[in-house]
Amino acid sequence: MHPAFSVIFLTTLIGAGQGLFLALFTAQSYAAVEFVTIKNPHQFYAYGSAIALALLLAGLVASFFHLGHPERAWRSAAQWRTSWLSREVLVLPAFMFIVFVYGTMHYFNRDPMIIDVQNQPLQGQLSLYVGITGTLLCFTLFVCTGMIYACLKFLQEWHSPLTVINYVLLGTASGFTLATAYSAFMAPNLVNLFGTWAAIITLAALISRSASLFRNSRIKHKSSLQSAIGIRHTNIQQKAMGLMGGSFNTREYFHHAKSGFLKSIKWIFLILVFIFPVILLSAGINQKSNDLLITAFLVQYIGLLAERWFFFAQANHPQNLYYQTV
Amino acid sequence: MTQLALVIDLNVCVGCHACVTSCKQWNTSGPAGYMCDDNPYDRDPTGTFFNRVQSFEIGEFPNTETVHFPKSCLHCEDPPCVPVCPTGASYKREQDGIVLVDYDKCIGCKYCSWACPYGAREFDEHQKVMKKCTLCVDRIYDEKLPESERKPACVLACPTNARLFGDVHDSGSDVSIMIREEGGYQLMPEWGTKPSNHYLPRRKTRIRIHEDELIRADNPLKKEGLKPAKVIDDQTLDDVTSW
Ligand code: SF4
Ligand code: SF4
Repeated sequence: MHPAFSVIFLTTLIGAGQGLFLALFTAQSYAAVEFVTIKNPHQFYAYGSAIALALLLAGLVASFFHLGHPERAWRSAAQWRTSWLSREVLVLPAFMFIVFVYGTMHYFNRDPMIIDVQNQPLQGQLSLYVGITGTLLCFTLFVCTGMIYACLKFLQEWHSPLTVINYVLLGTASGFTLATAYSAFMAPNLVNLFGTWAAIITLAALISRSASLFRNSRIKHKSSLQSAIGIRHTNIQQKAMGLMGGSFNTREYFHHAKSGFLKSIKWIFLILVFIFPVILLSAGINQKSNDLLITAFLVQYIGLLAERWFFFAQANHPQNLYYQTV
Repeated sequence: MTQLALVIDLNVCVGCHACVTSCKQWNTSGPAGYMCDDNPYDRDPTGTFFNRVQSFEIGEFPNTETVHFPKSCLHCEDPPCVPVCPTGASYKREQDGIVLVDYDKCIGCKYCSWACPYGAREFDEHQKVMKKCTLCVDRIYDEKLPESERKPACVLACPTNARLFGDVHDSGSDVSIMIREEGGYQLMPEWGTKPSNHYLPRRKTRIRIHEDELIRADNPLKKEGLKPAKVIDDQTLDDVTSW
């Protein structure tokens, strides 16, 4: 497929935003059971939510560049019964709203208690419930995003549960890496917690992404030129594609990159998304260097852009069988 | 239930592109707006078409055959392009099974084109909506036209009658009979999309003749030129019984 930059930015930006929110809520749940203590917790959650919201918003804006008629985008909420894209369109704003509510509650320090657990007042009850709702929506959003690709059964490179798992893990990993860098400024005692989780999730993502790379390298395509035109012969050559200059069909479904470039992108993203961030995170934590932690996030994010590009470029659409002479 | 569709006979298609041009002419002049055409007489011409004819060479020289292969939306019975559309702009009509795009609802997200394994949908770069074959839904029901012209433009244009149009669910229709009796098949059956359009294969008329059928053993005058030597001397049933 042709990697569209609007979609690459949409998926990577909201992934990081979702991951950051998950990280914030992880911290809050740890704090609720007094695993960790956070100085200025309300500021910490509020500003973190603002960053997450900004990332989600940026992703939303990027997605509009993908549309031919952005002014009609509201219509895309209609078919949530059948379309994963429609579901994503509904869940994304809902999630953004919850992140906004979560951030605002913390910013204004309005966090009433709802349930009294055995007369031991747990602080922050309401925001915990909002956070749980946000977490559920966050995972739903990951699943919707992944399923948009995984549900297309003849795009065999995508049609696998690994696609969804990768979206969850890669987004969460970049969010936790960002949370590590963020906490270095706002709550240094959380750097270790976030950094460790970021490294663990990054390594988990390495495993699942490698699994999908391995699967895709051995994929057997179900369609062939023979089944595409229904002629049983081993030697078929296309002589004319029915067009002279090019068409939507020759543009939308090909990456138009050399195979060497494709291969090198694969190694580049494997290094940038997985190897470097883990090294930078551990170095940053050991040397207490905020710069290294920020670099870890930026490197991982750039790597994710390459990863997403490769994700699209690697998918081989069966319609390409009809366009053999491109 | 009715399912209108085309049956395309690869045995007689000569690859003249008459269907392509008449399709474009009809559909670019319709109420849905024009189909764009950039650099039509220049380098790299590109534009929107509902139907394209491709050519394939089968076999190795000198034993080759050229097959011209017209391709447009197949109006699948189970169209994967429809459920993925987030707006409902893509839909399949109940009454006649035609798959259509509502250009006023389409947001141009291109998701449906990813979901069509045949590459039958083309995004219009000018109107920024997804377009595809409509089976000339704006003329097949037009009662102002004489009955014989209430057919898709491509069907009327085809000089070799390679394109047939009708209801593939009516087992008595011309198209159903052709599919049944002439080996009609569907493209990429492996995806379960159940395309309504069918293709008829190249067909050759051959008689299978066995060697012994070439010799008239019972020729009373024994005047056949090609008589294998051995057979002449052997007795045949005729020698014994003809008295
Ligand atoms: S051929 Fe493609 S566009 Fe047409 S109905 Fe089938 S899947 Fe949809
Ligand atoms: S491009 Fe238009 S018709 Fe296709 S899925 Fe998007 S909104 Fe639906």
